[in-house]
Amino acid sequence: MTVNKNIGFAALFLLGLLAPVLIYPVLVMKVLCFALFACAFNLLLGYTGLLSFGHAAFFGLAAYAAGHALKVWELPTLVGLVFGTVSAAALGWLFGLLAIRRQGIYFAMITLALAQMVFFFLMQSSFTGGEDGLQGVPRGTLFGLDLADDMTLYYVVFIICAAAFWLIYRTINSPFGQVLKAIRENEPRAISLGYDVGRYKLLAFVLSAGLAGLAGATKMLVFTFASLTDAHWHMSGEVVLMTILGGMGTVLGPVVGAGVIVSLQSELADKVGSLVTVIMGAIFVICVMAFRRGIVGEAMALYRRMVGEKV
Amino acid sequence: MKTKRISLAVATAVAAFATGAAQAQVSDNVVRIGVLTDMSGAYSDLAGQGTVVAANMAVEDFIAKQKPNFKIEVVSADHQNKGDIASNKAREWFDRDKVDIVTELVTTSTALAVQKVAKEKNKLVLMSGPASTRITNEDCNDVTVHWTYDTYAVANGTAKAVTKQGGKTWFFLTADYAFGHSLEKDATDVVNGNGGKVLGSVRHPFPGSDFSSYLLKAQASGAQVIGLANAGTDTTNSIKQAAEFGITPKQSLAGLLMFITDIHSLGLKSTQGMYLTEGFYWDLNEETRAWSKRFFERHKRMPTMVQAGEYSSVLHYLNAVKAAGTDDTQKVMAQMKKTPVNDFFAKNGKIREDGRMVHDMYLLQVKKPEESKYPWDYYNVRATIPAAEAFQPLALSKCPLVKK
Repeated sequence: MTVNKNIGFAALFLLGLLAPVLIYPVLVMKVLCFALFACAFNLLLGYTGLLSFGHAAFFGLAAYAAGHALKVWELPTLVGLVFGTVSAAALGWLFGLLAIRRQGIYFAMITLALAQMVFFFLMQSSFTGGEDGLQGVPRGTLFGLDLADDMTLYYVVFIICAAAFWLIYRTINSPFGQVLKAIRENEPRAISLGYDVGRYKLLAFVLSAGLAGLAGATKMLVFTFASLTDAHWHMSGEVVLMTILGGMGTVLGPVVGAGVIVSLQSELADKVGSLVTVIMGAIFVICVMAFRRGIVGEAMALYRRMVGEKV
Repeated sequence: MKTKRISLAVATAVAAFATGAAQAQVSDNVVRIGVLTDMSGAYSDLAGQGTVVAANMAVEDFIAKQKPNFKIEVVSADHQNKGDIASNKAREWFDRDKVDIVTELVTTSTALAVQKVAKEKNKLVLMSGPASTRITNEDCNDVTVHWTYDTYAVANGTAKAVTKQGGKTWFFLTADYAFGHSLEKDATDVVNGNGGKVLGSVRHPFPGSDFSSYLLKAQASGAQVIGLANAGTDTTNSIKQAAEFGITPKQSLAGLLMFITDIHSLGLKSTQGMYLTEGFYWDLNEETRAWSKRFFERHKRMPTMVQAGEYSSVLHYLNAVKAAGTDDTQKVMAQMKKTPVNDFFAKNGKIREDGRMVHDMYLLQVKKPEESKYPWDYYNVRATIPAAEAFQPLALSKCPLVKK
């Protein structure tokens, strides 16, 4: 199984290296950014059992913070990305402190409320350009590479995302990740075993927020602007859709989910016109009704049934 | 030696001119026009599929009249009012699908995003839908033309004309975000400058649904005119509620950014007597009626100014490509700026160096229900605002391309 997995990851890595030759690179970059966003979200929903409905706040804030650092303060690209990520993690820490005191629907509602506050802050502030967004951010250079070239930028984005995926994978499979899973399965038991559940949840929340921020900052770099769409609650909903569609609690599920949603949005844009939103809704309903484990979850279940392995 | 070189240069120039005139040097012999618009969201009514219809009509009319020796294709996409989708699609169109020009772009955030992409790729953008004056000020560039209207033209046009026609005291109902604030500020300056007085203003959260307390304040102010410095559903909701409170017709409303589709969906009963400014009304004259009826046959609705502007911009672009004999970005742009815009939409319209297409705007008043004789008979034209006054003067421009 481990050998299979390693081969699988190597194949994916290779696919990632070749992708921009086969598919339009900007689209692949967008998919990668959303895949990272969804993976960060999955760390919380799939592995800790916390449904946050405010992740757009981290994604959006990091995009604005990084954009402001690059455009107005004229900092180097790398510093801008780190600044965006750290801002999101700090915001995550604040959100987390308040939100993890409650569970289930209350947790989701608190994160949504806080995210709406961030949205209004971003809309009202003058540095964000209001509803017009923060536009025309320079991509700059990284280690002497000119990022204005889409191909160069692609490999930078690819490396950022691959590193972040690796971090998430390591986290899930570490003792820390085991504790998170224990909290997901049975929180009172985890408490009775002596784990400081609150601290674990907070740490998971900060990690997830920071990685969501990295995704937001990277996406800002790809498109050279940040807009309110990034921080709107629709975005929080979209990432839930991506994760559930791909398969929550699976390593690759969110990546597949993000790939499906982003490419549908982009490819359907000039074919079906106004039906895009209806199709998205229908996909969500079908997914929830017919294959609740998501695409990757169902595929894995099928594979297990075929080889006759016990789960 | 020297004379030889000169004669050679002359010969080359003549040859180039001759071939240029004889056959169009259009890259891959196809001009591809991209219509990037909102097909599913809040603006799909005033732009949307109707702009695609308008673009196709422009192409057909151009082919029928000019018989060009190049092909023309129209592609369209739904940007879902999201800047990243718009930017992604525009990049893809320019890089992969050899699209020469992107048009429409309702919603300012998408417009600004695509404007940057177009500059980077050195391609043209013609904007009919977006409202912000940022497009031709801070963010202006030499590949963009802002065609139909902007916030300055519609807000100032209405404020000025209404004040001049006796609406001396004003109260503003303002959406509490940058766009609302700038509408209010621009209109306030105009009201004060024309001998009017602003009695006060109230800010409502964006987006809002219950406007009762704000409207009561406006009513209590006793102002003759209530200026609506908001847009979209905020405007339509505040109008509906103003009618329910009996504010109209005692006090009149002035919409600072409204479209005929808003009137159509609200109905004349709650909008009667309102003043607004638009760049086009289908029932202006024989020419606009003739075109609009053709449009109606295909789209089953009368055109908005955005849709009419789309036709006008695409046709002007195609004529420029034919006249310049090339689809080279800067040459076509020079040709477009050199030629006045003359069609049913604009008379002697002119593209300024900041990319603003200036043309006459119209001050309109919504008819009473009993005055409306046939479908879509909504407006009385109260004044024509000449192009020179309608738009922000170049002297106030923040565009670096404007030489002062």
